[in-house]
Amino acid sequence: MVLGTMAETGRIALFARDALLQGMMPRYYIRQIALQFFRIGYTSLPVVALTAFFTGGALALQIYLGSSRFNAESLVASIVALGITRELGPVLAGLMVSGRVGASIAAELGTMRVTEQIDALVTLSTNPQKYLVGPRLLAAVISLPLLVGIGDTIGIFGGYIVGTRSLGFNEYAYLKNTADFLHASDVTSGLIKAAVFGFIIALMGCYHGFNSKGGAQGVGRATTNAVVSSAILILAANFLLTSLLFGD
Amino acid sequence: MEGHIVLKNVQKSFGPKQVLRGLSVSVKKGRSLVVIGGSGTGKSVMLKCILGIIRPDAGEIRVGGESCIGLKGKDRDAFLARFGMLFQGAALFDSLTVWENVAFGLIQGRGMARHAARDIAVEKLSQVGLSSDVAALYPAELSGGMQKRVGLARAIAADPEIIFFDEPTTGLDPIMADVINNLIVDCVKRLGATTISITHDMASARKIADDIAMIHKGQIIWQGEANKVNVSGNAYVDQFIHGRADGPIQMDVLKA
Ligand SMILES: Nc1ncnc2c1ncn2[C@@H]1O[C@H](COP(=O)(O)OP(=O)(O)OP(=O)(O)O)[C@@H](O)[C@H]1O
Ligand SMILES: [Mg+2]
Repeated sequence: MVLGTMAETGRIALFARDALLQGMMPRYYIRQIALQFFRIGYTSLPVVALTAFFTGGALALQIYLGSSRFNAESLVASIVALGITRELGPVLAGLMVSGRVGASIAAELGTMRVTEQIDALVTLSTNPQKYLVGPRLLAAVISLPLLVGIGDTIGIFGGYIVGTRSLGFNEYAYLKNTADFLHASDVTSGLIKAAVFGFIIALMGCYHGFNSKGGAQGVGRATTNAVVSSAILILAANFLLTSLLFGD
Repeated sequence: MEGHIVLKNVQKSFGPKQVLRGLSVSVKKGRSLVVIGGSGTGKSVMLKCILGIIRPDAGEIRVGGESCIGLKGKDRDAFLARFGMLFQGAALFDSLTVWENVAFGLIQGRGMARHAARDIAVEKLSQVGLSSDVAALYPAELSGGMQKRVGLARAIAADPEIIFFDEPTTGLDPIMADVINNLIVDCVKRLGATTISITHDMASARKIADDIAMIHKGQIIWQGEANKVNVSGNAYVDQFIHGRADGPIQMDVLKA
């Protein structure tokens, strides 16, 4: 079991190394890259936006209830902003996108594997790492921070709506509190996390898709594995990154 | 003269399962070899070993006199550019249209402009009996036989010097099968291509083969000129070409 996990980790690391080496060297498949930006980034917008909005709102409510016990209601705005930008924004977006995009990458590449489309690519002088994996990694690594940036804004806005409409905060004061307490580093640390999560999602989707075997059942298994492993890796990486970025 | 494609004592196992057990075969330049043999005897695996999609455990594979096992990077690209391959299941890219499939090797492999590649693709499609209306469809919208023909058009699109056909006529009606047979014969003649075809269809084998080889349990048990196949004097070959259930080849089916 332990040996199996270590062997798997090694295989994933080799896969990642190949993908990075191959992906960085020409040729670059511009069409594929554009297509993946559309699929991974653009089509994930609604999910990420909704998640962020409701999370921001719920967070505002909870923090209000908690802080009112200490007469510290004025902290609501800043804690919502911190919580969203540092933790919840990137983690929730990462998990949602891994469910959407990680699964679809694994299913697509898995089907290509079992129907010999990946072999066919090879015979047409096209390196599958460059053509399939590279564009997906690149698109995910860049899209996720963009998505999280948008999600952060919407999440804070969600908190603002709840704070001003139902908790009775002054609109100007709420925004001023948010802006005064939020440092640029809070946002950038979240965006760095997001880039790492994007890498994890695309890597797991591609790795499990590439290594799927045995027809429809194998593709199903690859999809599940891609989602589960990327979710766990995202949570683990989040913990590590939090201690690296904020620990002292 | 050494053959254009030479395999010597090639072995390949998947786990405990031995598929190729010292397979040796050779094809001369510009000739058409047909490989016959039962299901699961390793025919498709043999082709994939030559292409480097599967790496053999032991043995030698030489194309044009040069060993081709374990090629990497640019050498491998250059090597593969000499091949066209029709996969058993067609293996069309389902996210691309029919013409993009056919033109794939031209656009991605050779960097040809899309509109020029499209013209060639349409031309190749007409050679396999598909009209230009089909060009803009997606593979999922085609019947199995049509997919096979698109796969064939894709295999010959870049006029390769070596072409592999894995069961080119399976799933086609007899008339279309004969059209495809003619096309394969024509490719060999016109392009001077060296081809290896795999088939269970003896009519097709007789038509396209210069030479025939029979594979059984991962070895070539007979190879000779196509017109000698009826007088091979080999009991396995006789059983296969006449399609008899009784003979030295035992199928793993439960006898009542
Ligand atoms: N990637 C693989 N992993 C494990 N086993 C494989 C793999 N590819 C092929 N095999 C096994 O090798 C054997 C030979 O397969 P192959 O596809 O070459 O058969 P074939 O001669 O082409 O048969 P058919 O005429 O039915 O296509 C089969 O038993 C198959 O299970
Ligand atoms: Mg086969």
